[in-house]
Amino acid sequence: MIHRLLLATLPLLLSIPLAAQHEATQGDVDDGRRLYISNCALCHGPEGGSVPGVELGHGKFLRASNDEGLKTIILKGIAGSAMPPHTFTDFQAGTVVAYLRYMAASSTDATAVRGNAASGKAIFEGKGNCTSCHRVRGSGSRVAPELTDIGTIRRSVELQRSLLEPDAEVLPQNRYFRVTTKDGTTITGRLLNQDAFTVQLLDLKEQLVTFSRSDLTKSAFLDRSPMPSYKDKLSAPELSDLVSYLVSLKGIVYQ
Amino acid sequence: MNPRILLFLTSAAMLAASGLSGQVTFDRIIAAEKEPQNWLTYSGGVASQRFTKLTQITPENVKNLELQWIYQAKSLEKFEATSLVVDGILYTVQAPNDVIALDAVTGRIYWTYSYSPEPDARPCCGRINRGLAILGDTLFMGTIDAHLIALDAKNGKPLWNTTVASAASGYAITHAPLIVKDKVIVGTAGGEYGIRGFIAAFDIKSGKEAWRFYTVAGPGDPGRNSWAGDSWKTGGGSIWVTGSYDPATNLTYWGVGNPGPDWNGDTRAGDNLYTNSVVALDSDTGKLKWHYQFSPHDEFDYDAVQVPVLADMDWKDRNGQTRPRKLMFWANRNGLFYALDRNTGEFLAGTPFVEVNWMKGFDEKGRPMRIPGKTPTTQGTLIYPGNQGGTNWYSPSFSPGTGLFYIPAWVNYSSIYVKTDDDEYKEGRRYAGGLPRSPVPFARSAQNFRKEQEGYGAVLAIDPRTGEKKWEFKMSDVTDAGILTTASNLLFSGGREGYFFALDARTGAPLWKAAVGGSVASGAMSYAVNGKQFVSVAAGNSLFTFALRQ
Ligand code: HEC
Ligand code: HEC
Repeated sequence: MIHRLLLATLPLLLSIPLAAQHEATQGDVDDGRRLYISNCALCHGPEGGSVPGVELGHGKFLRASNDEGLKTIILKGIAGSAMPPHTFTDFQAGTVVAYLRYMAASSTDATAVRGNAASGKAIFEGKGNCTSCHRVRGSGSRVAPELTDIGTIRRSVELQRSLLEPDAEVLPQNRYFRVTTKDGTTITGRLLNQDAFTVQLLDLKEQLVTFSRSDLTKSAFLDRSPMPSYKDKLSAPELSDLVSYLVSLKGIVYQ
Repeated sequence: MNPRILLFLTSAAMLAASGLSGQVTFDRIIAAEKEPQNWLTYSGGVASQRFTKLTQITPENVKNLELQWIYQAKSLEKFEATSLVVDGILYTVQAPNDVIALDAVTGRIYWTYSYSPEPDARPCCGRINRGLAILGDTLFMGTIDAHLIALDAKNGKPLWNTTVASAASGYAITHAPLIVKDKVIVGTAGGEYGIRGFIAAFDIKSGKEAWRFYTVAGPGDPGRNSWAGDSWKTGGGSIWVTGSYDPATNLTYWGVGNPGPDWNGDTRAGDNLYTNSVVALDSDTGKLKWHYQFSPHDEFDYDAVQVPVLADMDWKDRNGQTRPRKLMFWANRNGLFYALDRNTGEFLAGTPFVEVNWMKGFDEKGRPMRIPGKTPTTQGTLIYPGNQGGTNWYSPSFSPGTGLFYIPAWVNYSSIYVKTDDDEYKEGRRYAGGLPRSPVPFARSAQNFRKEQEGYGAVLAIDPRTGEKKWEFKMSDVTDAGILTTASNLLFSGGREGYFFALDARTGAPLWKAAVGGSVASGAMSYAVNGKQFVSVAAGNSLFTFALRQ
């Protein structure tokens, strides 16, 4: 019988670092972040410190001593308080916990946010040339992610890392893609969607475009982030001004 | 005699003589391929090939398919049912358990039967239903609160309602029942709740239980020693999809789900029979004739909850001789494609159809040889395929025309299996022993940013004689869609991307697609009325029906 069998091919070992703490994977952290930002950040803030008396970002909780306890709080809420129950699956609640643990393990460098947001804004629009790619409240380019509400969805430690090592973590929704059409034209842009038959991009001319895969000769993700590193371009105080400015970006102003 | 009465009597006699209208007899069900205008069982026939002999729609004209009607379910649950069609009337289930009869040509509703499941019902994976069975003028439905209900097919009124198992203890029925002679057969879901699963047959007329086969071997059963201590009491073994039937042997075949707790096998040392197995039962008595276990002592949630596909073809035996054989083909959640002798259960071949790293071949008896260390740990172990499997409950298809077997597959897909040991069984509560984790973001949104190496869905065409892959149709997102093939060499499927599409079954070339705007999480079926062929599929919360432009 054995001769009939095609032996299982060796697994293509993706280099997936198992995050050290609590067996969470990068995938869990990413899933958990997404859930945290859309369900929790509104009250708790991106750093987990916006509810008075509660600190979600430091790994110490008043009402939970372990992951199971945290899951229960997330799923059931806290009776008699503003903390609501959530209709997550067990798996989803687990990823949120993974993200809370990740927050604690990568806690914020407090000095990064002690800068001057107004000076940071000047760097953003001037020396840093950030608006050539990013948009804030209606001005700047759309080719890179809009940053108008970046202060409500990212932690300062993440913002700082985006400036120093843009390639360290590119979120799936910020991936760049390049296609070559049959007539030889190459178009690059941020990938907005894809399926078996089509690809959707926001191209570098800021156009929303759809391509039929059958019209393409090549298509591939870009390996590197188009964002330059500012490690050697900005001084430490300039970087903390810039991060302080990004943290201050909390969305459009309601009138 | 009054001429009117005479006319009435002769037309009634003609109806009876044609045998194709009126009552759905069991003889009609087992010879379903003789009336391809109807779709009489979940998979289109008791051999479960999900293959239609209708040939009006062809690779040449499929581009002319156009939408005929949509039924929009008044339900936000996933629409996983495959419809039945009998003589121009389409029956389907609006999740969780409303039955709808529609005119198959226009989509106009004849009647609706609404059923409110007990609030205790807690199926693991959605309040869904996969379809109905019909015999005579009676429809049968299993419910998510583990009842079996018989309905009058003409007016949707209930005839009987039998409690099959306790919903409060975690039991549910999600699949379409199977009719064998004067019995209707169903099995229970609930493998994540520490149930002791079973398959049971009920009398068509009275709804009384005729026999029961426990999918978890207990006292007095030869498989009892495959469970340490009392672990059999909460052993799981759920049934998710409809079994098959072979009239030649009177055997009915069912795929059995995972042992519980899912991801930690420490408390249930042994092979854990008959979880992750196919069981062949005498359909009159429920007695086990044979079983084959795909994944002994599973800790990866590799349910064998697939449709057993029966086919007769020439097979090259070990000694090199080719002879006609009664076969069963099976693409398993564990990533391997199997061929078995369906009369004896003999293992004939097994080959990976996606990457597999938990086993490295088979021993003489067809038992998988495990790779040491490839088990869940508290730190986590990377296993291919991942927790949702290389495939899952999604219907495969076998085309006697192309001789190929078609699998809805998840490729490049893995999980990191973490086990916990603080899980204690409490009746009706989740009992799983850990959680698989994903090396890449698992959650999916309306947009898809995935790279190919992060996993994708595909339709795979396999030569069942060799297990060799003939072609692959890649999607960007994964798929929960079943596959339908036709005698005109078309293949219909879909996926989470929200397309319903047709491929050339010989080459995998895409021929036609419709953007249905929601995930296809059901198997398509085909029927004809007045000589016109239709293809119908559920996607999102609606049922879409297509036919050629006139
Ligand atoms: C509507 C506002 C709101 C939302 C949304 C919300 N929370 Fe809370 N949360 C609170 C408040 C207020 C408290 C403090 C309750 C108390 O202790 O009285 C709290 C408390 C908690 C605690 C207990 C903290 C401790 O130290 O024990 C945790 C953990 C927590 N929230 C996590 C989350 C997570 C995770 C989410 C998102 C899935 C979330 N919360 C969403 C308002 C909210
Ligand atoms: C050449 C174009 C370009 C320039 C100039 C640029 N960026 Fe970026 N930036 C990108 C792209 C593309 C991404 C998304 C890919 C990634 O994460 O690296 C990005 C990502 C970011 C992110 C992370 C966004 C998120 O959703 O997490 C931040 C924050 C950011 N940029 C800030 C800045 C700041 C501040 C400047 C100016 C000092 C700047 N960028 C200059 C292209 C640019």
